[in-house]
Amino acid sequence: MDWEKIRIPLMLAPTMLIITVLFFGSLGYGLLQSFGYNPAIGTTEMSLEAYRSVLFSAEVAPVFWPGLWLSLWVAFASTFISAAIAIGVALLLRRTFVGKKLAVFFFQLNLPIPHLVIAVGMLMLFSQSGLVSRILGEMGIVTSPRDFPPLTQDAYGIGIILAYLWKEVAFFGIIVLAILQSLGEDYESVAQSLGANRWQRFRTVTLPLIMPGLMSASIIVFAFTFGTYEVPRILGVQHPKMLPVLALDFFLNPDLNARAEGMALSMIIAVIVFALVFVYMWITARTVRKA
Amino acid sequence: MGHPIRRAAFYFTVGVISLILVAPVIAFMINAFAFRWFYPQLIPQEWSLQAWERLGLIPRAGERSVSGFIDLWMSVPDVVSALWLSLAIGVTVTGLSVIIGLPAARALGLYKFRGKRIVEFMIITPTILPPIAFSLGLNINFIRWDLALQDMGIPIDLAGSVIGVSIVHLVPVMPYVVLTLSGVFANYNPDFEAQARSLGARPLRIFWDVTLPSILPGLFVAALFAFLVSWSQYLLTFLIGQGRVVTLPMLLFSAAGTGNNAMIAALSLVFIAPAILILLVTSRYLSGESSAVGGFGRV
Repeated sequence: MDWEKIRIPLMLAPTMLIITVLFFGSLGYGLLQSFGYNPAIGTTEMSLEAYRSVLFSAEVAPVFWPGLWLSLWVAFASTFISAAIAIGVALLLRRTFVGKKLAVFFFQLNLPIPHLVIAVGMLMLFSQSGLVSRILGEMGIVTSPRDFPPLTQDAYGIGIILAYLWKEVAFFGIIVLAILQSLGEDYESVAQSLGANRWQRFRTVTLPLIMPGLMSASIIVFAFTFGTYEVPRILGVQHPKMLPVLALDFFLNPDLNARAEGMALSMIIAVIVFALVFVYMWITARTVRKA
Repeated sequence: MGHPIRRAAFYFTVGVISLILVAPVIAFMINAFAFRWFYPQLIPQEWSLQAWERLGLIPRAGERSVSGFIDLWMSVPDVVSALWLSLAIGVTVTGLSVIIGLPAARALGLYKFRGKRIVEFMIITPTILPPIAFSLGLNINFIRWDLALQDMGIPIDLAGSVIGVSIVHLVPVMPYVVLTLSGVFANYNPDFEAQARSLGARPLRIFWDVTLPSILPGLFVAALFAFLVSWSQYLLTFLIGQGRVVTLPMLLFSAAGTGNNAMIAALSLVFIAPAILILLVTSRYLSGESSAVGGFGRV
């Protein structure tokens, strides 16, 4: 036997086995079940009934559509705002100064802290008797917890977005800071000597340079904030529910018919994320070709 | 930044931003030790270890000696048992993922071959697609496979067991281990192995004396990330463990619904301690290299 020929497949086999069986196998079986294939309750006929129900039925559609809009709103707002904040802070921290190491450590601190913990932290900071409410109380701006607006477990997902901001600012920040430091300030100095003001330098020099890294990080963050379960479960409300929470609720429903709808919801989440990644790859491929 | 006022303004801004960024951790520290913390007090008037005593992490006053601690921890309160379980699963998953992922990382880092892009795509996909997308199907698959195993007379339960949870954690962990290590192998020169071979070294010895020392720093970082990703898993443990595999995130999640802020904060501090330790150790490797940082994106 020719060992050289099968050496690489052999090296890849264990990893690919895990990923194919556990990940793609499960994704595929979830897809089958979303089409109504469920031998456990004796249905093996495939249909689009679960999708029809999720998208149009009088029972499920009224929770699906608000959930979809909420998910899109939370994911877009979290991604955009945290990227903007991270750029600002990274621009501030890129120069050399005494105490920079400590500042960068604080900048990174939330990076390894699990999302679940940050979500719990938001309850302690922004609930009506939380730390922020107490600070305003000390300043005499609010006098009782009821004066403080409900920022956690609110219908607009503000608490959820806040949790993602704390996490993703650190994530974007480390990426942007690394790009800025590897580039140095030479390009901007040239622009300055040519008479560009601060905003022009940022808009025409700095931003285009950090854009590729920023875009791929944005895709990761958007996919994550769109599809994570823990944060909206802890910081969300009964209605509207973000799609991952909705999917799991349907899946865990004792009524086995609801399971197909839960599966359909999880497939819709997957399709939206996939579509986004493809659009992103298409755009980058096009800009690369242009350049 | 020569002017003193500009410098003061700069440090003030950096200070305020830092304070905001670490605010959640500060909130945990205050809440975990606060006692009778009435609104709108910003700083509690009284401090206590009550939450830590109720969690069974610190003995009652008067018993806080070394033997008091040992007695308490040996009686294995819920939190201590969850701590050990989280650690055991994390270490198992880390070890497994490195052993399974190392050859694949080498293949991807060192060689060009047909279908390489498809392989890379398949390995990256689990890092992009939300866990909810595959974990529901996996939950049912595990139950089906358990039935099949039973029919074959193999009494292993995957659903609801520590084994099953450890296997499932491999899905989010493997991609980061393989991607981080393939980056290491991309800068690795296999010629040294050929030299050792020509000098008569056996494969295992070559791995131990030549390969391992040169990939060790990267391997170390990959292992820490693998541990961290496993350590912070909630959804997969919840779905596959079926409530019977009680790790730290399980405890924290159920505590979050109780409204007992002191206990929630104390649990959170226990939960994030290893994470911050790992950050301290790895921060100098965090040069923004996407595969390594990507691990943090999923925590």
